[in-house]
Amino acid sequence: MTLEISRRGFLKSASALAGTALVVGYGADQVLAQPVTAADFTPFVRLTSDGTVTAIIKHFECGQGTATGLSTLIAEELNMPLDRVEVDFAPADASRYGNTLFGGAQGTGGSTAMADSYLKYRTAGAAAREMLVGAAAELWGVPIAAVALKDGVVTAGDRSAPLGDLVALAAQRPVPAAPRLKDPSEFTVIGNPNTGRRDSGPKTDGTAIYGMDIHLDNQIVAVVLRSQRFGGTLVSHDASGAAAVPGFIRSAAIPTGAGVIVYAQNTWAALQARDAITAQWDFSAAENRSSDAIKAELMAAVNAEAAFDARGTAAETAAALENAAQVIERDFYFPFLAHATMEPMTCVVAPTETGVMVYDGCQFPTGVQMAFAAVLQIPEENVEIKTLYAGGTFGRRATQTGDYQVEAALAFALNGGQQPVKLVWTREDDIKGGYYRPAYAHKVRVGLDADGQIVGWDHRIAGKPIFKGGPWASFMVQDGVDNSTVEGTRDTPYALPGMYVGVTDGDTPISVNWWRSVGHSHTAFVMETMMDMAAQAAGQDPVAYRLSYLTDGTPDQTRMANVLRLAAERSGWSDTPAQGHWRGVAVHKSFGTFVAEVVEISGTAEDGVAVEKVTCAVDCGIAVNPDVIAAQMESGIGYGIGHAMRNAITFTEGEVDQFNFPDYEPLRITDIKAIETHIVASAEPPTGVGEPSTPPSAPALGNAIAAAGTRVTHLPMTANGVAFA
Amino acid sequence: MATSLTINGDARSVDAPDGTPLLWVIRDELKLTGTKFGCGVASCGSCTVHVDGFPVRSCQTYIEDVAGAEVTTIEGADTDVASAVKQAWNELSVVQCGYCQSGQIMSAIGLLTENPKPTVDEIEGYMWGNACRCATYQRIRAAVQRASEILEA
Repeated sequence: MTLEISRRGFLKSASALAGTALVVGYGADQVLAQPVTAADFTPFVRLTSDGTVTAIIKHFECGQGTATGLSTLIAEELNMPLDRVEVDFAPADASRYGNTLFGGAQGTGGSTAMADSYLKYRTAGAAAREMLVGAAAELWGVPIAAVALKDGVVTAGDRSAPLGDLVALAAQRPVPAAPRLKDPSEFTVIGNPNTGRRDSGPKTDGTAIYGMDIHLDNQIVAVVLRSQRFGGTLVSHDASGAAAVPGFIRSAAIPTGAGVIVYAQNTWAALQARDAITAQWDFSAAENRSSDAIKAELMAAVNAEAAFDARGTAAETAAALENAAQVIERDFYFPFLAHATMEPMTCVVAPTETGVMVYDGCQFPTGVQMAFAAVLQIPEENVEIKTLYAGGTFGRRATQTGDYQVEAALAFALNGGQQPVKLVWTREDDIKGGYYRPAYAHKVRVGLDADGQIVGWDHRIAGKPIFKGGPWASFMVQDGVDNSTVEGTRDTPYALPGMYVGVTDGDTPISVNWWRSVGHSHTAFVMETMMDMAAQAAGQDPVAYRLSYLTDGTPDQTRMANVLRLAAERSGWSDTPAQGHWRGVAVHKSFGTFVAEVVEISGTAEDGVAVEKVTCAVDCGIAVNPDVIAAQMESGIGYGIGHAMRNAITFTEGEVDQFNFPDYEPLRITDIKAIETHIVASAEPPTGVGEPSTPPSAPALGNAIAAAGTRVTHLPMTANGVAFA
Repeated sequence: MATSLTINGDARSVDAPDGTPLLWVIRDELKLTGTKFGCGVASCGSCTVHVDGFPVRSCQTYIEDVAGAEVTTIEGADTDVASAVKQAWNELSVVQCGYCQSGQIMSAIGLLTENPKPTVDEIEGYMWGNACRCATYQRIRAAVQRASEILEA
């Protein structure tokens, strides 16, 4: 995805909106007569006559820092401190809040929020600034050039007025066609490492409201009894046992056979009632295999001819390998993984006069509107969404089927559609509930010449495709190749001669989804493990060897080499590690961002590995909020390393073996002793930071463990011979 | 059957069957939503509250166990230690999604109330049961140390 913003298109819609505000009568007299009156100067900033400045955030906040990041852009162009800008989440309206990088659909993902918003929000802030300044000039009869706006006060010579006093007059001015954006040399908020997060307050005193926290009058709670095997359908159920549960209301079979909805007065009653209900299922079309069989299918696929070619041809690469002085080969396996957001899925639906109001930590408003419209047979625009803080996503809250929102819509409809219904998932529902990162197998054969240089790279991948057959297939699937299966391999910035990438699709009813960094979550591990093995076979330093494939001078190669050098330098790569310590390195580009990591461990696979330190270098273009970037690097590293260490979703005769955190053990405070992040100074447009630190983390750890003597390429590591201290 | 208890200083009577987790009484009956449901099996710590001054997992504490007890949730945490912890959390921008942080903070308050100058090992040992899927641990560790400094000043 690339950054292409239609400035003219944006300003046109901004003008239309400001015009609307005037039409509905935000005249000066009225504003003065009312203590608080809002004017949407553009879709992204709201100024009120009491002086409040509010950034309207078009991307949900799942912890990645959008509320802070986008309000930073408004604060910068309005010359005010970040903590003076309030934040509010945008309603569902793709015409105003669409993501250009999603083809105009409103949604968050692919680490696109800042890339898509950077110019949109700055332009909005700059337009508001020029309108306020213009209003003051008109009011005071002075030239525009004599007026300044800073810290919420408009001044010209000895005249000054709080910003709020000028809102009414400013709202009547035309939206400037091309407001002047501040030069980066003038920035005081963008790039400031000391601004803090905008959501710290409510998230430290318990007042932040998540979907799980919604309590509407007359609201009831719904939980769903689902098939224990993917692809199973409900035959019948018996709810007589639930009658004795205080607070139980009733049960309803979902007409598609997807399960039984259990209604109760409160959450605990709903959970008790569900436990008392028995159900019969038809598993004839279900996934009835165990993990070993699924793994065997994928491993066999990568040891055979691939179904689709993603880069090069197998024959040409085979010829190159024939002439190689040595061929190194390795197979890899990656298990299914749950996202395990700390807040389980939940969604509240309430009736409105024309449709519904949906309360959701909503990652993909356009998709959710479509889902509710389809289930309830109402126009999409009658589906209003109140976006709330989301207790994590890692990709889980946006699925191509709108899975949990569809359940919420069904629960609402099957209860008569007149009463607020809150759908609640438990941790067990989440761990067993699918939409996993797919399991993948890889098999790679790399040919080296007598000097250790790569002459051919045969790379085969098998796994269930994420996009194929879904609504975005036309964008993401070409010539049979689902990009989510191969991203990070065929498009590697490394100059790799003789590279072949072949793909075979896995086939299972297990539902799959994107998971923090999507395809890069497995491809980076394979690429960076093979580069390490090639360096070792060539007898060369792993950093120097990688750099030798980044010498063409393309922007991608230069940026990748720079982060690699920076991480190496700051980690002390050229110095011998302390006794009993080992280092591993990995570098990867994903979502337009370049990240290199050096992991230093102590111990060995046999005796127990401890992660002593992770040194991270990132180039994400202009660093809008350096501390948020550092936080996201820390988060993505923890997510990548934690899962690589010990997480897997496995199956026994189709049933998920894990149930909750005790056997899907999260990363804990003792697992990584220190993470240090270094940001490359850049004037490039900003790119995302929510995902890109995840891909290099697991291979850097794996390479460190390999340096200590044990190469592990089947994950998770604990199930494949690696002990952790 | 009604159970009397004190929540954040207020005497309350709650009508819930024996065996009802305190978590659901707090969230669904008392509408104090700062205390979070994360796992239901005392494995993540998101539901941590104080009962008679000590941190407990409210998902595994039952209504009949807290009859007559004083329960403090994040909304009622207002001791000097609580203020220091919240200040440190803000200074270091600890939170990300934030969903586990009420529990993290209630545990940190418990730790610093017992032990105002914990070592790193003591911090890790005490906070181990509080999971954070955003992996904010590095900042949690630092924020507990910072809160300790604030208290000492």
